[in-house]
Amino acid sequence: MVNYPRWAIVTTVLIALLGLIYAAPNFLLSGDDEIEAPGFLPTQRMNLGLDLQGGASLLMQVGVEAAFDEILESVENSVRRELRDRRADGGRIGYTDLRAEGGAVRFTLRDPADADEARDRLRNVEDGFTVSETDGTHFRLEMTEDAVRARRQRIVEQSIAIVGDRVNQLGVSEPSIQQQGEERILVQVPGVSDTGRLKAIIGQTAKMSFKVVDEAASLQDALSGNIPPGSELLYGPEDEGRIPYVVRRVVEVSGERLVDAQPSFQDGRPIVSFRFDAAGGARFGELTSENVGNRLAIVLDDVVVSAPRIQTAIVGGSGIITGRFTVQEVDDLALVLRAGALPAPLRFLEERTVGPGLGQDSIEAGKIASVIGLVAVVVFMIASYGLFGAMAALALLFNLSLIVALLSALQATLTLPGIAGIVLTIGMAVDANVLILERIKEETRIGRTPISAVDAGYRRALTTIIDSNLTTLIAAILLFQFGTGPIKGFAVTLSIGIVTSMFTALMLTRLFVVVWLRRRRPQTLPI
Amino acid sequence: MLRLNFVPENTNIDFVGLRKLAYPLSILLIVASIAAFAVQGLNFGIDFRGGTLIEIKTDSPADISALRARMDALNVGEVQVQEFGAPDDVLIRVQRQDGTEAEQVKAIEAIKSALGDDVAEYRRIEFVGPTVGAELIESAIWAVVLAIIAILAYIWFRFEWQFGVGAVIALTHDVITTIGLFAVTQLEFNIATVAAILTIAGYSINDTVVIYDRVREELRRYKKLDMSSLLNLAANRTLSRTFMTSVTTLIALVALAIFGGSIIRDFSIAMIWGVIVGTYSSVFIAVPVLLGLRLSREALSAEVEEGEETGADTPEGRDAG
Repeated sequence: MVNYPRWAIVTTVLIALLGLIYAAPNFLLSGDDEIEAPGFLPTQRMNLGLDLQGGASLLMQVGVEAAFDEILESVENSVRRELRDRRADGGRIGYTDLRAEGGAVRFTLRDPADADEARDRLRNVEDGFTVSETDGTHFRLEMTEDAVRARRQRIVEQSIAIVGDRVNQLGVSEPSIQQQGEERILVQVPGVSDTGRLKAIIGQTAKMSFKVVDEAASLQDALSGNIPPGSELLYGPEDEGRIPYVVRRVVEVSGERLVDAQPSFQDGRPIVSFRFDAAGGARFGELTSENVGNRLAIVLDDVVVSAPRIQTAIVGGSGIITGRFTVQEVDDLALVLRAGALPAPLRFLEERTVGPGLGQDSIEAGKIASVIGLVAVVVFMIASYGLFGAMAALALLFNLSLIVALLSALQATLTLPGIAGIVLTIGMAVDANVLILERIKEETRIGRTPISAVDAGYRRALTTIIDSNLTTLIAAILLFQFGTGPIKGFAVTLSIGIVTSMFTALMLTRLFVVVWLRRRRPQTLPI
Repeated sequence: MLRLNFVPENTNIDFVGLRKLAYPLSILLIVASIAAFAVQGLNFGIDFRGGTLIEIKTDSPADISALRARMDALNVGEVQVQEFGAPDDVLIRVQRQDGTEAEQVKAIEAIKSALGDDVAEYRRIEFVGPTVGAELIESAIWAVVLAIIAILAYIWFRFEWQFGVGAVIALTHDVITTIGLFAVTQLEFNIATVAAILTIAGYSINDTVVIYDRVREELRRYKKLDMSSLLNLAANRTLSRTFMTSVTTLIALVALAIFGGSIIRDFSIAMIWGVIVGTYSSVFIAVPVLLGLRLSREALSAEVEEGEETGADTPEGRDAG
């Protein structure tokens, strides 16, 4: 082990120097400084986790089930339409008990003789659905497994895209929107500590539709539970006293037809103005000309935002939404309308927000703890092992720079538990050195010459160092695999620390020792 | 040069004999831990239990009881209000709300508006819904169990099964007593605590493996030394290293506990306990337990590492030569 071939010396020195170079930007820069350095030098710094730089992290569940319920409902409606429609050839098909439940749409034919005709009409009712029947009368329309999987994936992808759109429009810097698991979205926004608005904007389904108020229906009857068929009871916003409306169920024009929505003012009050695409504009013109004098309900997520009376046909393909809005509310409403409706509702599962002050305090505390821990360990090592302790301490500094360098180069995220991992590494990193030095001490005691003692010390300690570090590394890797969020950060720094500690003890300190032995050729070891 | 030397050069402590004290002590610790766990349970943080945590900084020293009264009036269930590290730093914990996550989100908004202008800064808002809490518990248990199995397998592979079992006994001892510490002190048990426990497991194993490595080496070297003397020899010869490493790690951890800020203080305390108990168990439990597991030379004699010193009968004979 005292033979240190030239290539090994070169490699060791090179790695140590690279460590210094890659770690340097973290120490030379602060805040948002941009580095001015020759292009070949690295400028990447460690990524600070949200717990250190401050920011919000939101975990959401995509309500895929609700979206599937909606699909089933629409299939149920299509089935009803197909069976009722009098067609040139078949006429009306009698059925009973049409319902959507348990992930399928079912109904029963009145007359088994209609089975073929029914099957024929339902063949293309909706993509991905299969029609099956028992006894020739009990029909069942169900989505195939492949279709379910594909649909689920698409809903989640669309949700991520729309959430991303909305977050980006908020103008925050470097937001991150990722899928987690199968049906979850993780949104991380640095620098945002008030999540109220963020959640309101992300979480709103923003499904808009234009429906006609059922002027013939009696509000009194509807409130007592007697709602005319084809109509429904909806309410106005809560802060305006939940005014009830009876509206026709049919979605006359849906929000999907919107191509633009902007905040604006009318008579000094904030409003949202919107514009339809060509088809939507035509349909809207038709609708308004047919219903002059009636009220038009603008429904957002099942709440009647406003119900203006149609004065004249609106043919330009654009309109406005008025209501008791604040400026902030119209800004947000226009934003979500532009980004489009979510295909499924979102549920907030987890939220972690760290204010900028706490993050800064944590960084300061981490720095102080690291420096004090480092100084104490260095003093202790020198006091215990003298010159060799000093070499180990110097190697420890290189070790730290290597950890920082690897974190920067890998762009791994440094979290508060990650800092704890580094401080712990400081303590444990000297272990390999201690093992070697104690072993050299022992070998010296039984009368070996310095060179032979150093050689035996390293050789004997090697297997121990590998065994003990590998077992700890196993624990760290499992921590990384099964841990979440901050724990992962801890596992990353711990794993990196184990690897760099082994390198510095087995290569770097050994290099110091070997060079010293060659230069000085000591008769006794100062250990 | 003046040199610190905590451990004398040639110690000859009868660690194996001391098991008569160490075993009862450890059994007592484990029983006490399990009892505390059963009676008091753990003070689970919101990571596992679900719920909301809000840390605020106030303009002037906070009036905790007034804040508590205001929180109680909100009718969002049990609310804990406590000072956190400084008089103007307040931690508010709200129990999990019945119903969906949406209720939880509403509760946060209600609290924020009730706090109103008292808040100079929202330091931290954490909310964990019941779904995620249950998943976190599950993944934490998996991590611990799999780590133990993997470590057992690795040591079995590198040594003999007795070493693997011995190491896992020592490791389980450390994990149980650390959980016991949390049950007795009612320090918050959260996801960072699980990280601490896993690190303790790693540290404890590290410590044990170093001594076991030495046991294996001495087994190959001294063919005729009786087992308990041999185990003592290995433990004594590594004692200085065991001590030095524990001290350097403790130095770093104490620095972290004192200066690292309130959030990682509990983590550091768990680790300090773990290092102490892990060092103790490596020497006083993991070593003598090999005797009880009937570790034999035959298993190891197949492979001989260094010819030069094998065959010596006693360590004294080696030192003389």
